[in-house]
This record gives sequence, C-alpha cells and structure tokens, in this order.
Amino acid sequence: MSEDKEPLFSAKNLKLITAPLGAQNPITVQVLGICSALAVTAKLEPAIVMAISVTFVTTFSNFIISLLRNTIPTRIRIIVQLVVVAALVIIVDQILKAYAYEVSLQLSVFVGLIITNCIIMGRLEAFALSNKPWQSVLDGIGNGVGYGIILVIIAFFREVLGSGTITLPGLGTLHVIPKILYDWGYENNGLMILPPMALITVGIIIWVQRARNKDLVETK
Amino acid sequence: MDRQGNTYTFLYASVLVVVVAALLAFVSQTLKPIQQKNIEVAKKIDILKSVNIASTPKDAEEKYEKYIGNNSFVLNYDGKKVEGDAFTVSLEKELKKPAKDRLYPLFISNIDGGKKYIIPVRGKGLWGPIWGYVSLNEDKKTIYGATFGHKGETPGLGAEIEKEPFQKQFAGKTIFDDKGDFTSIKVEKGHNTSNDPHAVDAISGGTITSKGVQAMLQDCLSGYKKFLKE
Repeated sequence: MSEDKEPLFSAKNLKLITAPLGAQNPITVQVLGICSALAVTAKLEPAIVMAISVTFVTTFSNFIISLLRNTIPTRIRIIVQLVVVAALVIIVDQILKAYAYEVSLQLSVFVGLIITNCIIMGRLEAFALSNKPWQSVLDGIGNGVGYGIILVIIAFFREVLGSGTITLPGLGTLHVIPKILYDWGYENNGLMILPPMALITVGIIIWVQRARNKDLVETK
Repeated sequence: MDRQGNTYTFLYASVLVVVVAALLAFVSQTLKPIQQKNIEVAKKIDILKSVNIASTPKDAEEKYEKYIGNNSFVLNYDGKKVEGDAFTVSLEKELKKPAKDRLYPLFISNIDGGKKYIIPVRGKGLWGPIWGYVSLNEDKKTIYGATFGHKGETPGLGAEIEKEPFQKQFAGKTIFDDKGDFTSIKVEKGHNTSNDPHAVDAISGGTITSKGVQAMLQDCLSGYKKFLKE
C-alpha cells in the first residue's frame, strides 16, 4: 500500500499556510480569538510576542495531536487536547518569564489565556485530528501567523494613533509622530488605547478585506 | 486492546498526565533561577529609579551595589532596627498584619551629597496591586523622588502612575507639616496642587487608581512615623 509521496511543499500544502493569512483568516473571517486581539494590542511589542507565542502553540499542539490522533480515545479527546495545549502554554509562559521578563509582565494573564483561544482548539478539532503531522504543522503555522498579522496591524494603528510611538522587541520605543505636530496642537487619541477601539479597528480591517475580496461576502 | 474501552481510556489519561507533569516540572525547575533573578533585578531597577538613577536590566546589579549595596535594614513599628534582610521582606505579607506587628524595610542611598531614605510602598489599584518606592531627603520629610508600578491598571488612565509626569510631581513635597504632624501626600483633582506641599495632581480618568496611590502612601508611610521623627 505505497501511496505516492507528496512533495513537502506541494501546492496543496502551501495553501495550508497561505489560506489562513487571507481568505480563511482566523480573526477577520472566522472571527475566532477576538478577546486576546483586543487585550494585547495597545502596544506593538506585546502584540508581536503574543503572535509568536500563539504561533508556537498552534504549531506544536497541531503536531503533537496529529501524531497522537490514532491513539486518542474519542471520549476523552477534548481533555487530551486541553492537556497538550495547557502544557505548551505553561512552557511558553515560563520561557517568557525567564527570557522576556518585561514583556511577560505586560502580557500578564493573556499568555495563560492562550489555552482558551478558540483558534487553537478549533484547529485541533477541525484539522489535526484528521490529518498527517506535516500538514498539521503547516496548518498550525498558517493559523498562528494569520492571527499574528492581524494582531500586529491592529497594534500598529493603536500605538501610533494612541501613543505616537512604535515599540519593537529589542529596539525600544521609537517616537514616530514628529514633535512639531504636538507643538501645533496635535494630541494622541487616548481612545485608541482603550479596548473598544481595538474592536472598531478589527471591524475596519474586516470591511477592507471584504471590499477587496467579494467571495467573503455572504449572499442572501 | 480496545481503543474505546474504559481500561484503555484510563491508562491513556494516566500516562499522558504523568508525562506532561514530569515535563512541566523539569521546565519549571530549569528556568526558576533565571526567573528569580529577573524579579530581583526588576526590584533593584525600581529602587534605583526612586532616587532618580536610571538603570537597565544589564547594569542594575552593578549600580545597586554602588549606590545602595548592603545599606538597608528592617525596622519595627517603634522605629527600632530588627533582624532581617530588607530586600527579601515581602510587603504583600506584611500588609496583612496589623500595623504594630509589621516589618518595615528601609533602603539608604548616598547620592547627590546626602543620605536618601527609600521606603517601599504597596497598595490596591483598580484592577490589581500597585506598588512603588518613595525616597526622602536627609531631613526625613521632603520627598526626593518616587516611582510607582502596577499590575494591570488601564493603559492611558490608571497606568499613567508609572509615567514620569505623574511621578515627578512628588519631588519636593513633604509628608510632615510645620508642626511635625504626619500628613502623607494627597492625590487630588480640581485644585492647583503645585503650591500645596502635601498634594499632587490626580490622573483624569484614573480616579480609583489615584485614590489607591493616596491610600497606599498614607498606609505604608505612616508606619515609619516614629523612625522619621527621630
């Protein structure tokens, strides 16, 4: 029963990575993982670290569950998935506390809440349980990055308009709004750093995406 | 073995849990020393910041050694020195005790031509704990500098207490009035506080956090009254 070996990066496999970036985006199309997208996007640095952490967890949980998929008893599969996800999240949390202490303080409880991020359980149930490890890894990376991109876009607008700065990991805070604008009476928009504006920013991104890709618009 | 049977399910769950527990215990043990170090360094950065010394995680240890070092002790309510290491006293635990039984850590720094007394403070904000360090001049009543931190106050509102504009208001204020009575520092809105020696301006939209700072200063500084009046 030798099946034809598929190349590692066949068109079908690549689609697993690219689809979640656009037409299958977990945040803007499937509207999953919204809660953390609101919470950690007031500054760019925590958003980037969160994106990396979530990608790590989606990739490895997809991989591990896919490896175990034929051994997991159906009745406790959700529990098994949760244990795997929770273990990975705790590892991420511990690593951040050891090597990115400042950022871990900013992310505080939201690293722990990756466990409840709907994207992760969603991908495990919908994909990893019925696909091979390599495809699952690609799917995990795709969804993690798809989530991360939106997070970074939201954080970029919120930080530039709300604080007038850009904070990148390792580079510190850069002031991007020239001082002269402030002298002329420009004010940072304090509303941007509050959670409601994150929701509105997500809404605008969804709007822009749907205007450009008519396939996403539901027909009546 | 039947993959859907009870025995298999129980065995599977048990093995999984043991493996995961072992893995997590290993990770936690391996990373613990580095995490402890981070917490210590962050505390040193905060203490140094209260006497206006900027430091980064890289040079904090060195600067702490230079400006403070072992120059710290623990006081009791009567202002007498007692046994203990000021750096390891947990304010969180001390504040649960009645004021008379608490330990009062104190750090001393010699900079800017005089002794500075650094007092750690801790209290409640809107969403979680807030804390900070207040440094007093050698006269033991004029504030030299103050720094505050918080766990989860709202960015742009309560979280402004960790920003410079709020903190630099404290320099030059006094916590005792002319008669020598303890006044603490009020954090108030609505009047010009720049001429008031015992008040600073609160944060708009951060009322509860501002009140938390006021209560924290009142609560924590008052325990040092006896020592400061000496």
